[in-house]
Amino acid sequence: MGWTKKILRVDLSNGSIKSEPLNMQWAKDYLGQRGLATKYFVEEVDPKVDPLAPENKLIMTTGPLTGTAASTGGRYSVVTKGALTNAIACSNSGGYFGAELKFAGWDMIIFEGKSAKPVYLSIEDDKVELRDASHLWGKTVFQTEETIKKSHQDPQTRVCSIGRAGENGVKYACIVNDLHRAAGRSGVGTVMGSKNLKAVAVRGTKGAGAIKDPKAFMAATKAAKKVLADNPVTGQGLPTYGTQVLMNVINEMGALPTRNHRDVQFEDARKISGEAMKEKRPTDGKTHLVTNAACFGCTIACGRISRIDETHFSVVNKPEYWGASGGLEYEAAWALGSANGVGDLEALQYANILCNEDGFDPISFGATVAAAMELYDLGILSKEQIGIEAPFGSAQALVTLAEMTAKGEGFGKELGLGSARMCAKYGRPELSMGVKGQEFPAYDSRGIQGMGLAYSTSNRGACHLRGYTVASEVLGIPVKTDPLVTEGKADLVKAFQDATAVFDSSGTCVFTTFAWSLADLQPQLDAACEGEWTMEGLATLGERIWNMERLFNNAAGFTAKDDDLPPRLKTEPAKTGPAKGLVNGIDKMRPEYYKVRGWTPEGVPTKETLARLGL
Amino acid sequence: MQKSLHIDPNKCTGCLQCEMACSFENHGVFNISKSRIKVFNFEHAGRKVPYTCTQCAEAWCLNACPVDAIRIDAGTGAKVVHEDVCVGCKVCTIACPFGTVNYVAESGKVQKCDLCGGEPACADACPTGAITYVEADWTGLDKMRAWAGKTDTQPRAA
Repeated sequence: MGWTKKILRVDLSNGSIKSEPLNMQWAKDYLGQRGLATKYFVEEVDPKVDPLAPENKLIMTTGPLTGTAASTGGRYSVVTKGALTNAIACSNSGGYFGAELKFAGWDMIIFEGKSAKPVYLSIEDDKVELRDASHLWGKTVFQTEETIKKSHQDPQTRVCSIGRAGENGVKYACIVNDLHRAAGRSGVGTVMGSKNLKAVAVRGTKGAGAIKDPKAFMAATKAAKKVLADNPVTGQGLPTYGTQVLMNVINEMGALPTRNHRDVQFEDARKISGEAMKEKRPTDGKTHLVTNAACFGCTIACGRISRIDETHFSVVNKPEYWGASGGLEYEAAWALGSANGVGDLEALQYANILCNEDGFDPISFGATVAAAMELYDLGILSKEQIGIEAPFGSAQALVTLAEMTAKGEGFGKELGLGSARMCAKYGRPELSMGVKGQEFPAYDSRGIQGMGLAYSTSNRGACHLRGYTVASEVLGIPVKTDPLVTEGKADLVKAFQDATAVFDSSGTCVFTTFAWSLADLQPQLDAACEGEWTMEGLATLGERIWNMERLFNNAAGFTAKDDDLPPRLKTEPAKTGPAKGLVNGIDKMRPEYYKVRGWTPEGVPTKETLARLGL
Repeated sequence: MQKSLHIDPNKCTGCLQCEMACSFENHGVFNISKSRIKVFNFEHAGRKVPYTCTQCAEAWCLNACPVDAIRIDAGTGAKVVHEDVCVGCKVCTIACPFGTVNYVAESGKVQKCDLCGGEPACADACPTGAITYVEADWTGLDKMRAWAGKTDTQPRAA
């Protein structure tokens, strides 16, 4: 059956902890993880709620394949109303935490209310309790994880926690698990911090056993693993270079946002690429990359474990940063690197470690630094205000600003607002590069047109993981489309968005979709989960999830005008590369997309659409 | 011909497919806390190391067992715990120098790797070849080949 059929409800205001049966009708309609937790969320939470109010809830949730032998079956998600976006948020993370939660016998945890003092939740199978976390408050993610494992006297305990960023109200704070995996975007860590919830520690010994047809399941997972192994992206590119395999590719495409999207190609892209991470450094003769790493159950292993150059200015006399640590992934390398015009790989890795250590999203942080650097360039922000000279390209500025944001000091507090609030504060809202308050990830939509539509309509604000048309427009998966045209992108974006919603609800990783389609996932789900899981049923299920999220956002106050890009991408043509002279055609694609979705011209799902989806 | 599990930590990514396969094979659930093979993650060194029983020829566990519950499988050479005989005294867990025999509170018996009767599930599940099942006399063959490849036998150009 896949699910444990049990959920935990934790009221932080009064300290009560309850076990509830999982709503199996909802499980059939929304599968698990993103879909199922969002169903619980929209049923229980007022869309107008202030994300930081006790009335907002925060759900940690697994999918039916989490904790099974399905490749990448270790994912968990955090669903809440995002502190950065005021929209529905769902941030997904790998590592080992999600599987451990499943092994302890829980499909999800619903946190409600707000604790009067810092606490953490301790789960050992059925033994669940809130414990005092005053000794952990003010500590980093790394310190918190270590302290909890020591005090539990169990190195096999898995921990997710917030760092100082989440405590200090940085709007894009993450929840970090297993040291360097994160539910990263939209400020889910900020919400956790607002509830005085520092961490969740879980140890599970029950396992994930209730597979509907074990023999069929093992056969299906084995076949699907072979598809991943035989695919050039998941079998070769990602294990070898990680997501950083994209740095040079996207730069060549003229779609690597550079200097707050002023440029679409970065002259130092090669220096911060996956290839560069495998080259020997002149200083110590070692490579930056130590090894690749897998999350639970993953047969791709795109994760990067790197060792920083001990002689680099950022870590001189800081031996605590000299060990192997997570990073760099493409998104972090881009946001900390080309977004700011910084081509210093070691500086990026140091900033990335700080993001992991104190739990803040490197995409939003890097992009906010980029906006600050533009404000500095325009003379709107001064050296005195920022505390350091901050021209584009300054590795020193990047590193200093990362430290300030981690500690919540000086200009770090301004950066902690995110680019939308910061740029508005300084009178230049148009310089924030994002949608619905969330900063763009690493693809410039002038060079990859479909991504403009995917960003604009993403339910959690600008995001590459909600409809990754890069796969089609750049890599030809499942079919090659022209990245420079808008024709056909409405259908493409919808197809990616709906399929992705299914993957995000299953417990598997969206990176499998470089190789897998729903046809590879379906047999695994059908063998694991009770009931009948057909291709048609899953396709509808994905669309249902998408529309459910949309309804929540509409009720929260979002309208069609929020499905838009910043003026720069619509009026300032790309200066170089294959997209030279192009802007993004969002205004042409959006009406087509609404039509394809079965929505009104105002972006509201029609009655017929809702009826068809059972909403 | 006897075969042996061969572990190459450099190839391990830490995905734990081996632990899931082991627990599924022996307990019918995906439950890494019941796995007989464990992957250890040395985070600060960036190393992941799978570790399990190496089936010592003269096994401490077997010699220590007071009730002869640990016996040699004639086919595989594995030292196999016979649960119906095991009394759960745990002496074998003390005797084993490597910690690879472990007590299972749920059953009140010990468990250890038994090579799955000659088809180890962990090796089958490993996606990177970090765990393989090879001829016991030649577990070092890959390393020899790698070093042999570095031997300079080409005549140098003048």
